[in-house]
Amino acid sequence: MLEETVEAARQVPDPAARPSGSTAIDVRGLWKIFGPRADRVLNGPDIHLDPNALLEKTGCTAAVRDVTFEVRAGEMFVVMGLSGSGKSTLVRCLTRLIEPTAGKIHIAGEDVCSASPAALRELRRHRVSMVFQHFGLLPHRRVVDNVAYGLEIQRVPKAERHRRAEEILSLVGLAGHAQSYPDQLSGGMQQRVGLARALAVDPQVMLFDEPFSALDPLIRRDMQAEVVRLHRDVGKTMVFITHDLSEALKLGQRIAIMRDGAVVQLGTPEELVAAPADDYVADFVRDVAKSEVLSLRWICRTPAENEHLDGPVMNAETIIKDAVPAVLGSARPIRVVEGGSLVGVVDRLDILAAMAARPERPRPGSRSRS
Amino acid sequence: MTAQATVSPAVPPAPPPAVRRRPRERLPRFVLPVVGVAVAAGLYLVFRGTATLPHDDGAAPFLFLNDVRDWVDDNRNENPLFLYLINYLRLGIGGLFDAVSAGLHALPWPALIALTAAAGWLAGGRRVALVAGLGFASFGVLGVFAASVDTLALTLTAVLLSLLVGLPLGVWAGRSRRVRRLITPALDVMQIMPTFAYLGPMVLFFQIGPASATVATMIYSIPPAIRITALAVEQVSPTAIEASVSLGATRWQTLRKVHLPMARRTITLAVNQTIMMALSMVVIAALIAAPGLGSDIIRGLSRANVGVMLPAGLAIVFMGIALDRLVMATAAPRSPRRSRYGAAGVLAAAGIGLSFVLPAEYPESWEWRIGPPVDDAVRWMQSAWYDVTEAIKNIATEGLLNPLQNLLTSSPWWLVALAVLVLAWRVSGAVPAFTALGCLLAVALLGLWEHSMETLTTVLVAVVLTLLAGLALGVAAARHPRYAALQRPLLDAAQTMPAFIYLLPALALFGTTRFTAVFASVVYAVPPVVRLVEDGIKGVPQTVVEAALSSGSTTRQLLWKVQFPMARRAILLAANQGIVMTLAMVVVGGLVGAGGLGFDVVSGFSQSSDFGMGFAAGAATVLLGIMLDRITQGAERRPSPQQQKMRIA
Repeated sequence: MLEETVEAARQVPDPAARPSGSTAIDVRGLWKIFGPRADRVLNGPDIHLDPNALLEKTGCTAAVRDVTFEVRAGEMFVVMGLSGSGKSTLVRCLTRLIEPTAGKIHIAGEDVCSASPAALRELRRHRVSMVFQHFGLLPHRRVVDNVAYGLEIQRVPKAERHRRAEEILSLVGLAGHAQSYPDQLSGGMQQRVGLARALAVDPQVMLFDEPFSALDPLIRRDMQAEVVRLHRDVGKTMVFITHDLSEALKLGQRIAIMRDGAVVQLGTPEELVAAPADDYVADFVRDVAKSEVLSLRWICRTPAENEHLDGPVMNAETIIKDAVPAVLGSARPIRVVEGGSLVGVVDRLDILAAMAARPERPRPGSRSRS
Repeated sequence: MTAQATVSPAVPPAPPPAVRRRPRERLPRFVLPVVGVAVAAGLYLVFRGTATLPHDDGAAPFLFLNDVRDWVDDNRNENPLFLYLINYLRLGIGGLFDAVSAGLHALPWPALIALTAAAGWLAGGRRVALVAGLGFASFGVLGVFAASVDTLALTLTAVLLSLLVGLPLGVWAGRSRRVRRLITPALDVMQIMPTFAYLGPMVLFFQIGPASATVATMIYSIPPAIRITALAVEQVSPTAIEASVSLGATRWQTLRKVHLPMARRTITLAVNQTIMMALSMVVIAALIAAPGLGSDIIRGLSRANVGVMLPAGLAIVFMGIALDRLVMATAAPRSPRRSRYGAAGVLAAAGIGLSFVLPAEYPESWEWRIGPPVDDAVRWMQSAWYDVTEAIKNIATEGLLNPLQNLLTSSPWWLVALAVLVLAWRVSGAVPAFTALGCLLAVALLGLWEHSMETLTTVLVAVVLTLLAGLALGVAAARHPRYAALQRPLLDAAQTMPAFIYLLPALALFGTTRFTAVFASVVYAVPPVVRLVEDGIKGVPQTVVEAALSSGSTTRQLLWKVQFPMARRAILLAANQGIVMTLAMVVVGGLVGAGGLGFDVVSGFSQSSDFGMGFAAGAATVLLGIMLDRITQGAERRPSPQQQKMRIA
């Protein structure tokens, strides 16, 4: 009976089905094909060719292939893929900075694809803003005017937009730099300006296009923490593009992995690491320290007959690494519970095995103890 | 170096097997050109003196063009094209010039100098104010104040109109690839056209005077305005534009708040270039009765009198420097403008105040008459250095110019045409080859074969000398940073000077001969060639140079095996630029004894009966320019042999 419970615990419920907020972005069957006569290619038989063959035959590149996903309000959604996988194109399609070839996009219920130029401008002005990899700051403007740019476009009076810009600048930790020019700031600070500019218009959705990949590793870590903090404090829906898996795992509540324009897997960090959908994803997550991503749920096992079931109790959601002190402090195996009922046990050897980060997936049930 | 060679015995003894596997031995690369030259030489020896096209002042095309001119003169006030369009254009442009000129002349001379200095202060502070003020004051000191103001008025009018048309077109071209593709060929033609070529049609349509001079100047000065503006707008960071659009900016908002401010510095450069081009053209426009300094210069050139033209020439150079500093100062990023209003205001007020105290005309006693002493110096130089200059001149004339000219004029026309076709095909491919051939045949049909061959001779000799000098200096500069630092300001100065200035020293040294034009064009064309070669060699990635050095290359090997091949495009571009510039100068050299087409153009303006010949000669210079450009430009566009091989593989 317990066996079944363990299996059931591993079946993480479908995140989209979780009743946690309304849909902020809804993308259905999105295609973007670059090249001559994209429409004809889309509806023709060549579309299923692999990218090289498609380019050879039609001169077209399918940058985004039939992508469907939903982002819930307030969620941090990460799109991850290598360069050329179409992730940057995808995020630009969301506000039609790049015109999609086919598909439906709804942002807060509004149909983006059929929006008139004026409606689209309104959407970009008030609801969705974007942070860019190379910052895209205007070198001829002071920091405060860069941050206020979006408001200036909306014809907000100068005093009002400067007041707002100063506010946002202190929010991102740049108070006192308002009168500098962008080239007087370091890369990390410049990207804070980019972040502030996107925040200043008080959007519902923020899009990040690889915002930190041009930064030094240490600064990148600071900025990631900054984004996590902002996400917690301002509670905006965020779509974050990155090619860095550790960044994706650190930030993402859910992650979509893209390859050749298509989404190959969409799930929580845990799901991706524990149950990669195919070899491509498996290859990606091979080097991830599993003990830092996976929870006890993925390594707990049915207790052996002679095992004592009076050890410490821990929640199934607990990250493996965080269970180390508890398992060290007690000779008994940890009892893993979810929703008040026992789903399995974990002892020192289980934890050690998980932390040794062996390349294959941990398969608790089939593992025999010698 | 030899020690290094002996120390490394580990050279692979056998060629790699891939080479051996090739079944057929290919002919060595030099065989085809050698055979080609031999065939041409054989044909020349057999057919020498036949099918030549000697010059005839009364050739049919000339007479026809004379008739056209007469018809236009008779119908200028009846034909609707003239009545409703061209005459109005002429009146409008002439009126604008009159207004600008009247405005500038209305300012008393102290006020003009002070206002310029004040503008300089406003734009860039004390130093710019000083340069601008002194530059304008020099007009008076040189005794050419009134003429300088005329030239300034003509330049400003032409620049104003050029910018009015050029900047919007440039912005448009910068934002639309289609527009860019549409106007680029037109700009190409405008830029390789030797300046003399515009003048004929200008006279035909706008008669002589300020209006036609303004239009001619515009044609010359508009391409940089469009091109550089387009480049500036095109180069604006795409992320900045995207960021602006993503925040919901309209096209107009993005243009005004992102494109234009970010392109401002480069657009200022476009304005600057436009002014510099206009300044060098207003002098040549004196041939069609443009008022101002140009007439002194043309007079001095045609009489080989350096003393007459030097004050005017210097005034133009100083005007160029003053305007250059003034305009470039406005491009400096975020200068503290406000603090300068006070000083500039005081300067301007002082100048206006002074104009009530000082005499209305610039007093003659404050002038410094440099003409007579300069003439003395030139005379002394000519007699003292006679042996040296004569020797140089004679060696070049007897050794290079005369044999080549004999060869070209005594060859049958079809042999020359064939040689051009084969050469162009080999270097640039089929389409440019036939374009070049077409140009050459058109020159023959215009009745200007012999004079074109004379001009071509001068151009070829000048180009060879230019390239030799340019390569040597460019390589030296690329190798020795200290030498480059020394040379750079000289090149900068040389490139901002109007073309004809180079005729001055040439004329002083060599009098009126063909070699004068050769010398002047070499001096004129070397700076850009040097710069392109230097930049090309310096542009070779440092890692490649390091790799070559670390595998033990000598400096010479590095140059021939790495730097020259990798800088190939830049060097070919340099050759192309050198040729176009040389041609322009050689044509102007017609004024100082170069003969050929340039002389025909000049006599077309001075003698009514030669109008047709002058007009045709102007067209012939364009055709020669296109021909030379096509022969060489293709080489730069075509992928290098290595790339071609890679594509086949």
